[in-house]
Amino acid sequence: MKIAVLAVQGAFAEHIDKLKKLGADCIELRQISDLEQDFDGLILPGGESTVQGKLLRELHMFEPIQDRIRQGLPVLGTCAGLILLAQEISNDGNVYLGTLPVRVQRNAYGRQLGSFHCEQEFEGIGSVPMTFIRAPYIEAVTASAEILARVEDRIVAARCGNQIGIAFHPELDEDDRIHEMFLKMCG
Amino acid sequence: MQRIYETEYYRRYCDKMSDERYVLNKQLAQMLKGGVIMDVTTPEQAKIAEEAGACAVMALERIPADIRAAGGVSRMSDPKMIKGIQEAVSIPVMAKCRIGHFVEAQILEAIEIDYIDESEVLSPADDVYHIDKRKFKVPFVCGAKDLGEALRRINEGASMIRTKGEPGTGDVVQAVRHMRKMNGEIAKITAMREDELFEKAKQLAVPYELAAYVHDNGRLPVVNFAAGGVATPADAALMMQLGAEGVFVGSGIFKSGNPAKRAASIVKAVTNYQDAKLIAELSEDLGEAMVGINEQEIELLMAERGK
Repeated sequence: MKIAVLAVQGAFAEHIDKLKKLGADCIELRQISDLEQDFDGLILPGGESTVQGKLLRELHMFEPIQDRIRQGLPVLGTCAGLILLAQEISNDGNVYLGTLPVRVQRNAYGRQLGSFHCEQEFEGIGSVPMTFIRAPYIEAVTASAEILARVEDRIVAARCGNQIGIAFHPELDEDDRIHEMFLKMCG
Repeated sequence: MQRIYETEYYRRYCDKMSDERYVLNKQLAQMLKGGVIMDVTTPEQAKIAEEAGACAVMALERIPADIRAAGGVSRMSDPKMIKGIQEAVSIPVMAKCRIGHFVEAQILEAIEIDYIDESEVLSPADDVYHIDKRKFKVPFVCGAKDLGEALRRINEGASMIRTKGEPGTGDVVQAVRHMRKMNGEIAKITAMREDELFEKAKQLAVPYELAAYVHDNGRLPVVNFAAGGVATPADAALMMQLGAEGVFVGSGIFKSGNPAKRAASIVKAVTNYQDAKLIAELSEDLGEAMVGINEQEIELLMAERGK
């Protein structure tokens, strides 16, 4: 199985390490020619969503990626990746890929002093470690989306069909189960 | 072989390295990787930087080239000016305090800065001691010329390292020297026998555990960026190919002819640092680069501050 990881900026190497540990092959997406390769799933990593969104467009990957997600390519977005997927960002005029029917708030926990770690239930997996770094959360989901996890009443993970958006960083913790679940979706 | 891992010191060291706040702070630096952190002096410049694709901005009153030109004592920026920049952008905001000036650091923590740079660009407040960065909740980035300096700063609690380079010169030679030196030293440690690490740690003036970490992992325990003298997309890509995980650009942007375009080009050059064809396109029509000064022409070597 081959997973593409958006590698324009951010913590893409951490996802790649995790996927390789689980036995998947990885490719890095840095420019449009990288999209010519075959892959079974896509990860949008953490980082700065403003930077990643801008580079997606300027490196001409925006529309091809958006099309493939709409056609059913399994995609996992973490933190900034969730923001890229979200249909609406309540405190930011930008919308990026806009394929996941959720409304998110950016930097919803404040600045770095608001970053935190906890363990909470994740639908279908059980209790998982969750690391939030200047993280967003999901304010609302439409009926077509399923809520996967909450922390103190706030939605921090949701799924809609082939798309999973997560406000925290499963790539930073030892636990592999979220990536395992995503790999199952891919193949 | 029995390692020193059983000792009380090592347990305390592990407690510190696994301290939740410290881990979160190292992880914020991980999110900045592959990105460009830009020096800005006004909210307007901060917006230009954000729109150009900066992954964070460094708020300071004067960029290093102007600090160098003006001379005199250079201090932490006015908190009001920093707050103005925090309000202007949604990306992380960093600010500098003087080496050893823990009260300036306390002030920056009080205004909830995302990262403090204990920086040799400002006049040092203490010529012996650096700040005890373990006492703070906000993260610190520190400059280093070599592996010993990097590990000493990490031992004091820094959660991100950058090369010192020579700020405000537009001359990349020192950043190159520092990055090569650090990575060369890391490669040597990796190849050492375990029983040689005790002596190596002594030579580097760092705790054994940090030397052992580098030996086992072949890298620093925190993210390592390049800084100092980066002025062109090619400079930025050079530092990335030499092993930097991201780039700070100070005077190089807002001292150039077309800051917005140059900034955006540097961002893309960092993402695709191995694609010479793209970097060639990015290097076209950028207008005038900052004039710069060669290292032989400068009197004040900021990189010699704080060892």
